[in-house]
Amino acid sequence: MDLYEYQAKHLFDSHGVPVTAGEVCATPDAAHEAARKIGSAVVVKAQVKTGGRGKAGGVKLAATPDDAQARAQDILGLDIKGHVVRRVLVTEATDIAEEYYVSFLLDRANRAFLAMASVEGGVDIEEVAATRPEALALVRIDAIDGVDESVAASIVDRAGFPTHIREQVISVLVDLWQVLVKEDATLVEVNPLVLSADGRVLALDGKVTLDDNANYRHASHADLVDRDGTDPIELRAKEFDLNYVKLDGEVGIIGNGAGLVMSTLDVVAYAGEEFGGVRPANFLDIGGGASAEVMSNGLDIVLNDPDVRAVFVNVFGGITSCDAVANGIVQAVGALAERGTPVTKPIVCRIDGNNAVEGRRILTEFDHPLVEMVETMDDAARRVAQLAGGAA
Amino acid sequence: MTIWLDADSRILVQGMTGSEGTKHTRRMVASGAQVVAGVTPGKGGQEVDGIPIFGDVREAMVATGANVSVVFVPPRFAKAAVEEAVDSEIPLCVVITEGIPVHDTAQFFQYAVNAGSTRIIGPNCPGIISPGVSNAGIIPADITGPGPIGLVSKSGTLTYQMMYELNDIGFSTCVGIGGDPIIGTTHIDCLAAFEADPATEAIVMIGEIGGDAEERAAAFIADNVTKPVVGYVAGFTAPEGKTMGHAGAIVSGSSGTAAAKKEALEAVGVRVGQTPSETARLMRTLLRG
Repeated sequence: MDLYEYQAKHLFDSHGVPVTAGEVCATPDAAHEAARKIGSAVVVKAQVKTGGRGKAGGVKLAATPDDAQARAQDILGLDIKGHVVRRVLVTEATDIAEEYYVSFLLDRANRAFLAMASVEGGVDIEEVAATRPEALALVRIDAIDGVDESVAASIVDRAGFPTHIREQVISVLVDLWQVLVKEDATLVEVNPLVLSADGRVLALDGKVTLDDNANYRHASHADLVDRDGTDPIELRAKEFDLNYVKLDGEVGIIGNGAGLVMSTLDVVAYAGEEFGGVRPANFLDIGGGASAEVMSNGLDIVLNDPDVRAVFVNVFGGITSCDAVANGIVQAVGALAERGTPVTKPIVCRIDGNNAVEGRRILTEFDHPLVEMVETMDDAARRVAQLAGGAA
Repeated sequence: MTIWLDADSRILVQGMTGSEGTKHTRRMVASGAQVVAGVTPGKGGQEVDGIPIFGDVREAMVATGANVSVVFVPPRFAKAAVEEAVDSEIPLCVVITEGIPVHDTAQFFQYAVNAGSTRIIGPNCPGIISPGVSNAGIIPADITGPGPIGLVSKSGTLTYQMMYELNDIGFSTCVGIGGDPIIGTTHIDCLAAFEADPATEAIVMIGEIGGDAEERAAAFIADNVTKPVVGYVAGFTAPEGKTMGHAGAIVSGSSGTAAAKKEALEAVGVRVGQTPSETARLMRTLLRG
C-alpha cells in the first residue's frame, strides 16, 4: 500500500524524522484554519499518489490564511494524471538553502535492502541515476544488521553531505530506517530532504510503501487504507477477501493462481485484437481452493461490473479437482439467480487438469444457455473476446 | 537424476499438525515421497497417520535422518520456523507459506546465507517435485511422470499448466520458486542446477512481471547454459502500479515489464512463447525435432 504524503510524514514524525508542522484539509475553510494555526506563510500541497504535482499546479505558496483558503479552493478537485485531489496538506513554508535525497528500499535483486542518497535532491532521482550515477550513492543494507550510526555515517560520507550537517543527516537516516523496519515498509523516500536557511535538516516530502503481508502486526495501518481513491468494485471484492484488480476492458476474468490469471489477461488481450480491441476488465484470482462459495462471490463481483460484457472462467485443476470447480460454477449460477441477480452475460469456461472429463460432463449436463465450455485456454480466449466484441 | 530432490530425500514437515500441513502431508505420502517426520513445537510424541511428530527440527533430523524440510506454518511463525531449520543445518528448506512479511523473509534469507548450509526454496511457492521420485510441497504428483525437461516457475498454477501440456514427455524436476519479492532460490540457481543435471535435456523457464530476475537469468543463460531453454512470461497486459496477485508481481515505472523480460530472453536465444500452449509447442518441437 502506497501512502499519501501527509500519512508518510505522520509516520516520519512518530519515529523522530523531522518534518514541518502541517495539517491535512478536505475543504478551503479547513485550509484557512490550518494556516491560521500555523501562523506563518504556508505551502498548500495536493495529496495525490502520483508525481509531478508541482507542474500540474498542485503545490502553491500562500502568505496568509485567506490566501491558503483561495489556493486550496484552486487545488481541491484538480485532476492530476487521473488522480482527483480530495485533500490538501497545509504545511509551514520553509526557506530552503539546500535540497538532498535519501531513501531506503527493498532490493529484490540483491535480496537485501538498499540505501540511496544524493546531495542533488528535489529533482527526479531516476533521472539522476540514469544520467549522473556518480551523484547517487547506493549502499547495500544487510537485513539483519540494519542501519545504526556507523552504517548511516558511511551512507552520508559516500553521498558527500557537507560536514556541518553530517550529524543531523546521520540521525535522520537512523530514524528513517526505523520507519522502514518498525512499520514494515518496503520503501521510505525523502525527496527533498532540505537544509533550511536557519540550519535545520527537514523532510519536506515523503513517500512510503507498506507491506500488506505485515498488516496483521499493525492494527493502525487499517486507518491508512484509502477508501476514496480505491475503485468501488475493488473495495467490495476486498470485503469478500478476493484478490481482485479492476482494469479498463470488457472481458471479466476469473481464474485460479496469480500466474495463470495474469497469463489469462494476456491471452484475452491478444485474442481481443481480432474483435474490436476488447480487453480484460479485471484480474481475479480465486486461489487454489476455488470452492463453490468463492466462485459464487467471484462471479457476483465480475458480473456486476457494468463494463463487463462476457466472462472467462479459466481454471486449471491442480490440487482442486475439476468436478468440484464445475459444481462451483453450477452452484454459483444457481445462487445468483436465488439472490435475484440471475446471470445475463455469457460465461465461457475452460477447465482442465485433474478430473477434467468429469468437470466437463457436469457443465454439459447443466446445459445453461449462457454457460459454454471451450477445451483449450487459447480457444476459450478467442471465444470470450468474440462474445464481448460482438455485444458492442 | 534430478535436482535437489531425489530418491534419498527424507522429508520432515514443519507444521504437519495444522490443517494444510496434514492435508499436504497425506498427498506427499500418496505420491510416494518419503515423509519421515513432522515438527510442531509442543506436540512432540504425537503422530499423524503414523508419522512421528517432534518438538523441534534438530531432534526430528537426528531421529529420522530427515534432510528436507517443508514449511507450512502460518506467516507469523514462519521466520522462527525457517531459522530453526537453518540452525539445524538441514540442506533444503521449502517454504510453502503464503503472506510472510517481506522483512521477515529478508531476515531469514540472510540468516541462511550467513549459516551457509541450507538452501531455501520459496516462500509463497508450491515447492519442488521430481516426478516419480520425490515430492516436497503441494505440486500435484499425478499431472506428469519423469522425463527430460527441467521446469522453473514463479507461479504455481502455470507450473501445473505447463506440466500438463508436456505430460507425454515428462520432467526431471519442477521447481516453483514463488512470486514474492525476496525468494531463496532464483531462476538462475535452477538454471545452473539443470545445466549440471545429466537427466535434464531442456529447460522451461516461466517468469512474470516485476523485478529483473528474468533479465538476470537471460544474462546467466548467455554465459552458462548450453542446454536449450524455452521461456514464457506472464503479465504483458498488466498496468503499472497494480500488484497482480503475487506480492512481487508489479510493474513500477519502466522496470519489470513483461516486454522487457521477453526481449532480454530472446536476445540470448531463448524462444519465448506468447501463451502457455505455444510455449509447450516450442518445447515439443525442440525435443522432437
